[in-house]
Amino acid sequence: MKSRFIYLMPLLIFIGLFIVVFIRLQMPIDPHEIPTALLNQPIPQFEITLLNNEKQSLSTKDFMGHVSILNVWATWCVTCREDHELLMKLAKSEPLIIYGLNYKDSKQESLAWLARLGNPYRKVGFDQQGRVAIDWGVYGTPETFIIDKTGLIRYRHTGPLTESVWKKEIKPLIVELQA
Amino acid sequence: MVPELGHFALILALVFSLLQASLLFYGVFKNQKLAEAYLLPLTYGQFCFVFLSYALLAYSFIVNDFSILYVAQNSSTQLPWIYRLTAVWGSHEGSLLLWVFILSIWTLGIAQFSKPLDKKTMAIVIAVLGIIATGFILFILMTSNPFLRLLPQVPLEGRDLNPLLQDLGFLIHPPMLYMGYVGFSVAFSFSIAALIVGRLDAQFIHWVRPWTLFAWCFLTLGIALGSWWAYRELGWGGWWFWDPVENASLLPWLVGTALIHALANAEKRDAFKSWTVLLAILAFSLSLLGTFLVRSGVLTSVHAFANDAKRGIYILLFLFVVIGSSLSLYAWRSSSLRKEVFFSPFSRESLLLANNVILVVIMSAVLLGTLYPLFIETLGLGKISVGSPYFNAIFIPLMVPLLFLMGLGPNCQWQQMSFSLLFKRLRMSLLLSLLIGISLTYGWMRSSDLLTCVGITLALWITLSTLQSVYRQTQRTQSFYGMVIAHIGVAVCILGITFSTTYQQERHVRLSPGDLVSIGQYSFQLEKIEKLVGSNYGGFSAKFLVKKNNHRIAEMDAQKRNYHIAGMMMTDAAIQAGFFRDLYVSLGEPLDKGAWSVRVYYKPFIRWIWLGALLMMLGGILAAWGIHSRRRV
Repeated sequence: MKSRFIYLMPLLIFIGLFIVVFIRLQMPIDPHEIPTALLNQPIPQFEITLLNNEKQSLSTKDFMGHVSILNVWATWCVTCREDHELLMKLAKSEPLIIYGLNYKDSKQESLAWLARLGNPYRKVGFDQQGRVAIDWGVYGTPETFIIDKTGLIRYRHTGPLTESVWKKEIKPLIVELQA
Repeated sequence: MVPELGHFALILALVFSLLQASLLFYGVFKNQKLAEAYLLPLTYGQFCFVFLSYALLAYSFIVNDFSILYVAQNSSTQLPWIYRLTAVWGSHEGSLLLWVFILSIWTLGIAQFSKPLDKKTMAIVIAVLGIIATGFILFILMTSNPFLRLLPQVPLEGRDLNPLLQDLGFLIHPPMLYMGYVGFSVAFSFSIAALIVGRLDAQFIHWVRPWTLFAWCFLTLGIALGSWWAYRELGWGGWWFWDPVENASLLPWLVGTALIHALANAEKRDAFKSWTVLLAILAFSLSLLGTFLVRSGVLTSVHAFANDAKRGIYILLFLFVVIGSSLSLYAWRSSSLRKEVFFSPFSRESLLLANNVILVVIMSAVLLGTLYPLFIETLGLGKISVGSPYFNAIFIPLMVPLLFLMGLGPNCQWQQMSFSLLFKRLRMSLLLSLLIGISLTYGWMRSSDLLTCVGITLALWITLSTLQSVYRQTQRTQSFYGMVIAHIGVAVCILGITFSTTYQQERHVRLSPGDLVSIGQYSFQLEKIEKLVGSNYGGFSAKFLVKKNNHRIAEMDAQKRNYHIAGMMMTDAAIQAGFFRDLYVSLGEPLDKGAWSVRVYYKPFIRWIWLGALLMMLGGILAAWGIHSRRRV
């Protein structure tokens, strides 16, 4: 009987391992939720000129006193187009303040893109060197941050926004923050 | 049209795999003639359609068919054609297709070159491989079809291959790794066959040994290439990161190493057969786990570019069925393989067993470290990651006894040996390696690092004792020389690791054109920084003039590349390779006034790490060939 048990051991160990991994997979895993060190931290101090107007700027002050969204995008980024469509829809239908950060891009192309596809942003910062993006801990484009009234980063999403992410996660959060 | 054909070919391949699994199993138990007659045709059919499917995907990459989502995501018109071919396995879907393609190559190989074996066993082996192929093809078709179309809006340009993967090392790294992973399916299916038939004789083992050795060689090469790639492409000169994905390839390698030794034991002495079978099951299970870890997104890692929970569940269930049923079969049947064999506690058998046990313990520890973050997260205790301190702390102390035993093994007799005789044989080697190791470390190099001393001593010990076994061995077969070369490869690898970690020097400086930085006898002068224009990237190239003791020895060109389409910055380090040292320059970020941050490394003996791995592989090939050509009656 004892020797039988030895042969059974590998199977038992495996089943134990399997159960743990299986439970893990049932838990919501969202690879887009890469924990950001900046979560629940104040947004970085920055000031950057606007894409369409060199004399004006986007800065830390713009994020104070209301819930805002910051969307990092570029024309060379194919998935940003999907993002853009959704943002356009949201900008028309919801009372949102959306800022854009144009990342490592050319000015003409970016302006042409906004002219052609519409502009959902209140202001777009022109971050040609990607310096401001580094301060924000940007992981890649597209990337979206939700900032609360006091200027704390409350949420970060990497990759394109989808309807389901919007409905399930971002909208409830915004409603909560606006309350 | 082409992608639909590829898709259809894959479905036909699925049908053939299903038939392979069902018809052959049915034949084994009900109608032996049927199984014999259909074995080869089914195998050929499956191979042809998998090949066709793969070829059509590759063709779509070559002609830039961006109507296919997968091609649009992983290629671009600006990508050089050679990278378009490798982009086929640049991401999840295609790499799985490659996996299946390689599996069908191995299956075909076995079916074709297995004349000496009995037909019943063969049919079971091919049927088991058919089950695995069915599972994988079904997985591709259901969750990760590479032929999905992007209609009606066909993009004019693709998103380009991940720039990290546009490298020579990556050209061959995944196929080699997969050859290794999938190669273990041979030993696996043979073990299943042995468990079903209830018999594992020497002829059987003799036949499976070369296959397993080949798989091990491919895996060794694959891991070495991966490490070489990381060294060149990740920009800070590390060669092993204990990243979950690297661990995923190391786990089957460790068990595979145990397996090739256990097989030797099992063939020569008819011993440890149920243990050998367990190792074979483990090696392949870990290969599957490796695929799972990389592909499911359960563990986050730099390599894990495809993440999808549905896929994760599928692979996990597949793993559960394959591993669970084989371990159940093992629990049920393996006692039939047991046989009492005499050997004394001090003999080559017991040393090989010790080798196996240590390797399995190392594997378990690495597995634990890899999965630990997962457990913690599952239990809701937060997100953590287990890093190199843990792995180094367990890996090194466990390797030391293993490497010491490596010297004893080849000098020890089968069945029994007196300890005093072995000691008498090896005392000179032991004394010499201790003496040289200690005096070299503490005297000549004036180091007080214990690990350096241990590393050098062990490398010398392995080399000397292995050479001694050559001198003593009367029957020097080809496979014996294979062992010698592979073991010396291990020694070379240890020397590389020891010297490159303890004597590496690095400087992180700010340089403007004309500035100079020096390490030891070497000086690096930044001559100029130029704009760089490549086919699918732009960027900067920094030219360095390198002098040793004021004699000019090389020019180095470190680059910072910006891949336009993927929008990624890449550091392309300049490496001046040498047998005894590498010089490594990588360009950091641009600073003000035309200055750049620059990292310069001096890495002694680093090449020996990969040289050692190559020797291990060569040894393995030699041994496999030797065993293969030594016919058994």
